[in-house]
Amino acid sequence: MHDVRTEPAPSASQAPTTPEVHYINATHGAMSWFFTKDHKRIALLYLYAVSAFFLVGGIFAMLIRLELATPRGDLLTAETYNKVFTAHGVVMVFFFLIPVVPTILGNFLVPIMIGAKDLAFPRLNLASWYVYMAGGLFGVAALVSGGVDTGWTFYTPYSTAASNTHVVLTGLGAFIAGFSSIFTGINFIVTIHTMRAPGMTWDRLPLFIWSHYAASLIMILGTPVVAVTLLMVVLERTLGLGFFNPALGGDPVLYQHLFWFYSHPAVYIMVLPAMGVISELVSAFSRKPVFGYKMVAIASLGIALVGFLVWGHHMFTTSQSVLAAMVFSILSFLVAIPSAIKVFNWTATLYRGSVELASPMLYALGFIGLFTIGGLTGLFLAAIGLDIHVHDTYFVVAHFHYVMVGGTVTAYLGGLHFWWPKMTGKLYSEGWAKVAAVLVFVGFNLTFFPQFVLGYLGMPRRYHAYPVEELSWQVLNILSSAGASILGIGFLLPAFYLTYSALKGQPAGPNPWGAYGLEWETTSPPPTANFEVTPIVTKPAYYYAPEEH
Amino acid sequence: MSHSSAHAAHHPALQHHFDTLEQQQNASTLGMWMFLVTEVLFFGGFFMAYILYRWMYNASFHEASHELNVWLGLFNTAVLIGSSLTMALAVRASKTGEKSALVFFLIATLVLGSIFLGVKVVEYSEKFTHHLVPGKHFAFHDANLKNGAEIYFSLYFGMTGLHATHMILGGFVLVPLIVMAMKGRFTPEWYTPIELFGLYWHFVDIVWIFLFPLLYLM
Repeated sequence: MHDVRTEPAPSASQAPTTPEVHYINATHGAMSWFFTKDHKRIALLYLYAVSAFFLVGGIFAMLIRLELATPRGDLLTAETYNKVFTAHGVVMVFFFLIPVVPTILGNFLVPIMIGAKDLAFPRLNLASWYVYMAGGLFGVAALVSGGVDTGWTFYTPYSTAASNTHVVLTGLGAFIAGFSSIFTGINFIVTIHTMRAPGMTWDRLPLFIWSHYAASLIMILGTPVVAVTLLMVVLERTLGLGFFNPALGGDPVLYQHLFWFYSHPAVYIMVLPAMGVISELVSAFSRKPVFGYKMVAIASLGIALVGFLVWGHHMFTTSQSVLAAMVFSILSFLVAIPSAIKVFNWTATLYRGSVELASPMLYALGFIGLFTIGGLTGLFLAAIGLDIHVHDTYFVVAHFHYVMVGGTVTAYLGGLHFWWPKMTGKLYSEGWAKVAAVLVFVGFNLTFFPQFVLGYLGMPRRYHAYPVEELSWQVLNILSSAGASILGIGFLLPAFYLTYSALKGQPAGPNPWGAYGLEWETTSPPPTANFEVTPIVTKPAYYYAPEEH
Repeated sequence: MSHSSAHAAHHPALQHHFDTLEQQQNASTLGMWMFLVTEVLFFGGFFMAYILYRWMYNASFHEASHELNVWLGLFNTAVLIGSSLTMALAVRASKTGEKSALVFFLIATLVLGSIFLGVKVVEYSEKFTHHLVPGKHFAFHDANLKNGAEIYFSLYFGMTGLHATHMILGGFVLVPLIVMAMKGRFTPEWYTPIELFGLYWHFVDIVWIFLFPLLYLM
């Protein structure tokens, strides 16, 4: 047990000021933004682009929920519905969930948190934004020219031999976006290795940095594999090369192995950086160091490692051997261990902390609850027998939304609120932020919890209509659609009050939360070189309770 | 003032966000190795497919590999290893500051790489004339082995095509490097681009060292 720092940090007691010259106003004009090599400006470019894709993906989500509010396929035809859920999946996975935390918060914070002036490769960083936009353009081109109906997984042989939609355009879009992810991963790893400020040793790195390091490992080891797999699909469709087409003697299950070798770890690309955000939030708003710092850091690497060995649990119902299925099942259970270490350590950090329920903390607490439900239902799916019962039902849909949306998106929103004063130098309306956080939590649970029940009762995913006689299905679907409306409002609100704060907000001062970390030792917004003087680090991460060390 | 400006003499190649040339070089080298790791995994997808189909269609693969011209493949292997040698010598010349040797070896690397690609064009056109390109016009002398042979040639074109793409991209990077070398931009103090391109070129070479036996000899 130890005392906690309760008095406000010294900088917070001074009158908040915004420096005269900072990274936002250092240079002017559109060109100074579109050709910037400043990681902070690139983070803002990503913020706009990724938010736009989130809006697009969200509109498709609302279409899905509208269609399913009634049992009959009365709003969309089956073909259109296939295109709508595919567009929702492709946009949300490849253009929102995977990039959101690393490219916005990571880009902004990784160099600042380790006391560097920029990422190691600023031009590569800018290039990765353009590559992301190019990938997005391919995706948008596929959408406006009629869409694609394969589902975001592009399963062969349907995607290569049967579908008459724009598989090639969409596949190329995801392929190109993948390179953006690889560039970002390389940039983070090299920066963390070579550019830490004096005294910023590996055991003093903030957990946000550790989790980005682990996620970057997955980005560089997994993304190339899905890239080459999508390339093979494109070659098979355009040049008639045979890789997966059973008519030519190919094996579609090979596609699934290659696809999930990336796409399961991709979940950890989304969740690990999110977990890094949560570690920062929980510590800052409990005024305590993260309990078991070392174990949380090691757990990040553990998740990255074991995450690569579990892809086969997506394939329990394929021709995979029983032995392979059992091995994948056991390995999938293993991922729960490092994940649980993190959840327990956050809880232990809260214990006897002086917890402040500021809006970022509300999101963080929401994350812990939602991620725990998502993680536990993952165990259901890792168990072969149960998986066969709920395979390709709404149970699966609910599970991965709890992990990917309940996890990644709440952590992203929490992090965005936490570092918003740092990024913009402005304070936002705390009252509205709390309302939004509560709406997101309530709306989210109302949307996706009924889907667990639906899936258990047997409603398959990807159907645009369901039997009228199944009254309970309709009730659950209506609850889910109602929840989606609340969730949508919860997501839209921050767009308004954060924009308002950027324009009219009060100056935040360097450290509005009284938090600890290098990013709070520079001005808000930071100068172009991040620090006036290169900081020298003499204390461990989360130095909230000095007598502890 | 910022840390880096404490150093009186700035090397023109030192970028603003690094403190020393050594730090910058460490970052670039690590970045290149990371990139090569992604490349290994990128080719890894094709190698995985090769392993699976080799196991499923052993006889077809064996028969289909006879359609390749081993002598052209062998010649190309020698050319590529030669280009790796000239590239290694170029890196050495850049370290010792021998400008004319550096330019010579870089040009030699580009010439050898172009010869490799030229031979590849000859090989590809042979496949077209023998109807060995997968698709509607694919024909194989043994109907029982046709499916496997078509997959073999899909892999052949996929893998060698990806490899050739890497060679072509390498060529496009070599040209500006040659121009920079002529202008005397590389010194024993700073030759990072030459060294990193050397790593890339050796990697492309190594991929071929795997492709040649798998496709031509087995």
